[in-house]
Amino acid sequence: MALAKQTVLALSGDEAVAYAVKQSDVDLVAAYPITPQTIIVEKFSEYVHDGEVNTEFMCAESEHSALTACLAAAATGARTFTASASAGLALMHEILYVTAGCRAPVVMAIVNRALSAPINIHCDHADSMVERDASWIQIYVENSQEAYDSTIQAFKIAEDPDILLPAMVMLDAFFLSHTLESVKVLPNEAILKFVGTRKIPLVRSHEDKLVPFKLDPENPVTMGPLDLYDYYFEHKRQQEEAMQRAPQTIKQVHDEYGKISGRRYGNGLVDPYRLEDAEIATICVGSTAGTTKTVVDQLRAKGVKAGLLRLRSYRPFPSQDITKVVGNVKAIAVMDRSHSFGAHGSPIFHELRHVLYDAQTHPQVVNYIYGLGGRDMPQTLIHEIYKDLQKIVKTKRVEKPVQFIGVRE
Amino acid sequence: MASEWKFTIKDLAEKPELFMPGHRACAGCGPAVAYRQILKAARGPIIATNATGCMEVVSTIYPYTAWRIPYIHTAFENVAANAAGIETALKVMKRKGRLKHDHVDVVAFAGDGGTYDIGIQALSGAVERGHDFLFVLYDNEAYMNTGIQRSGGTPHGAWTTTSPAGRVIPGKPEYKKPIADIMVAHGIPYVATASPAYWRDLIIKTRKGLEVEGPAFLHALAPCPRGWRYDTGKTIEMARLAVETCVFPLWEAVDGEYSLSAPSKVIALKPERRKPVREYLKVQGRFRHLFTPEFEHVINEIEQIVDKRWSMLLKKCGMA
Amino acid sequence: MTSKQKGWKEVPIAGVCWTPTTDYLTGDWRTFKPVLDREKCTKCLLCYVYCPDGAIEWKRKEEEIEFNYKYCKGCGICANECTQEAIKMVLE
Repeated sequence: MALAKQTVLALSGDEAVAYAVKQSDVDLVAAYPITPQTIIVEKFSEYVHDGEVNTEFMCAESEHSALTACLAAAATGARTFTASASAGLALMHEILYVTAGCRAPVVMAIVNRALSAPINIHCDHADSMVERDASWIQIYVENSQEAYDSTIQAFKIAEDPDILLPAMVMLDAFFLSHTLESVKVLPNEAILKFVGTRKIPLVRSHEDKLVPFKLDPENPVTMGPLDLYDYYFEHKRQQEEAMQRAPQTIKQVHDEYGKISGRRYGNGLVDPYRLEDAEIATICVGSTAGTTKTVVDQLRAKGVKAGLLRLRSYRPFPSQDITKVVGNVKAIAVMDRSHSFGAHGSPIFHELRHVLYDAQTHPQVVNYIYGLGGRDMPQTLIHEIYKDLQKIVKTKRVEKPVQFIGVRE
Repeated sequence: MASEWKFTIKDLAEKPELFMPGHRACAGCGPAVAYRQILKAARGPIIATNATGCMEVVSTIYPYTAWRIPYIHTAFENVAANAAGIETALKVMKRKGRLKHDHVDVVAFAGDGGTYDIGIQALSGAVERGHDFLFVLYDNEAYMNTGIQRSGGTPHGAWTTTSPAGRVIPGKPEYKKPIADIMVAHGIPYVATASPAYWRDLIIKTRKGLEVEGPAFLHALAPCPRGWRYDTGKTIEMARLAVETCVFPLWEAVDGEYSLSAPSKVIALKPERRKPVREYLKVQGRFRHLFTPEFEHVINEIEQIVDKRWSMLLKKCGMA
Repeated sequence: MTSKQKGWKEVPIAGVCWTPTTDYLTGDWRTFKPVLDREKCTKCLLCYVYCPDGAIEWKRKEEEIEFNYKYCKGCGICANECTQEAIKMVLE
């Protein structure tokens, strides 16, 4: 497969997502506006009203209904997309589980924003972190280019007949959503060819026939029944099985896309930066990785063996890949842009420590909670973190396993 | 055309039961009668969606399904959004050449909760957007599936488990939300009330709702033996009495213009045919507590509100 | 309820139902059974249209009403609505 000829456009993260949706032959976009996702829906409605896409745009009256409409449309056989953030995603919460339970391959962009109260429109990962149990594929992007690339890939991952799980692509509020970057876009035909048309698998219906898994009067199917205690467990087990297959699919789709775009993000699941011989490293998701790469370069220039691991796929959690790349690091700082109040640290910290518990080597793992509500995470603070890590390696002691960084005392 | 559709009851009997026997509704279930009658009005390919509630639960206890047509249930408050999504998907798929059928009807079913209360937002949004679907409210006047709790559709004075007939407060203090009028106020092309006792009227109205282009709303009274406290065999009797007493008049609004349906029109023209509201309340256990000297005044309140709404309806129908 | 229960590998995905309710015989529920006096029956089929369970069938060829006792729950609506009093609810 030859590299497609790409055009460079100046796009914000939101615009990049809208552009990706435009090219992906989506049937229905049902959405409700919420800062900072608004530009996605505004831009997309422009495409619709200008006749640039053959897509229905439904201005839903709430996010709950927006996701419901996408789910029902997907059940009917359509390719659907929606976007939200913060309170909107929180309002969808019930339906996130329903969408996954109905195995509807809805794709959603989440522009990570803080949850109220107090109301805050800025970057924070609380909204999507809390949904990590909902059985959605979760991919966090570092920049607008990746937002574009990942949205396109998400359709293919979700619709894979072996997966059939909905997927959400996360981009940081304002840092990515509203910041102009140069984004390379592929030609329409290349994306169209890449995403293809939705493959609908067969399922055994109550007429004892193998029929397409969609609402079709020709072959009626009943979806969304009442499960009693005799079958619910089995249905959920099936969802976990699909999640277990997902890492393979994510990598495959990532590699396929890499062939036509020339762009790859680590192996698709984890994106390591200068980790091969690193002694100290940080782990994070989202745009902070960009800033951290600069810090890592500065440290390396001084001879410090620093590295960074950016997690791209958060669900499924790439346990094996993580263990492989950070197993030999001596001290790791997990930077979390969200917090689980009352817990010993924050989500990514929890999951990382848990994964390393079973590993051969046990690096010291500490947690830094940063950036809540859009608090900036400048290079200086990241340097402080690496300094702490150096101290940990030197003294072989951890003074504070969990800390807040960047908050005024 | 629904208005030209001539059918006998035997013609209906030849149509397949799209809502199959073996479902686990209670004996004497009013909504089940309504569902069977409504689906007789199906005119071709049709997709159904149901809100969480009695009929959803009894018709789809895994792995059994009573639905001979494509069906989806997702949650409680969003059946109208389901319908919106299905209708839009069909529209786009047809446009892109991925739909075999020329037209597929979409019908959304919901009970009290899914329509009056938790479901009203999605309903209002879907009809405002003008989706082409029929919304059927099967009104058993309480949240029956969760154990007979009061809803926006529960009538004044009725006993429910969350508005019990207590020593101080006798049943539900509030009045029945005029949901069908709310739908007319949304400016949708077709709204109608129906009762399974008047099966021909109900079936024709359903067909009209399916035929109309745009949102249609059918408010079907569906008595519940368990919640209304009467013997299972009397369901149709209740459904008839409600109309004969003008507690639940039958009418339709085509593009906002009201007109009475025959069973209620007869009463408007011959008021002596109207049965007293008391006769309706007397035979239901949920109103029994009102037939005491202490709470008799509530019966008067009920009579007053029924009379008021009836006279308002007559005015709207130009029959004041 | 089926006695043979499928495991998660066999069960269709997404909770798609794989049995019609016609396999579930609700006739087991009833206490009273409707009995038809065919002499009185005028075949108006009101019982058919008012039955919540579709447990009354119209046999076109024989021109007869048939009660399907596999599903009849014995609610008594048919007996109550029959204008000819042709249906009696009998303790089973």
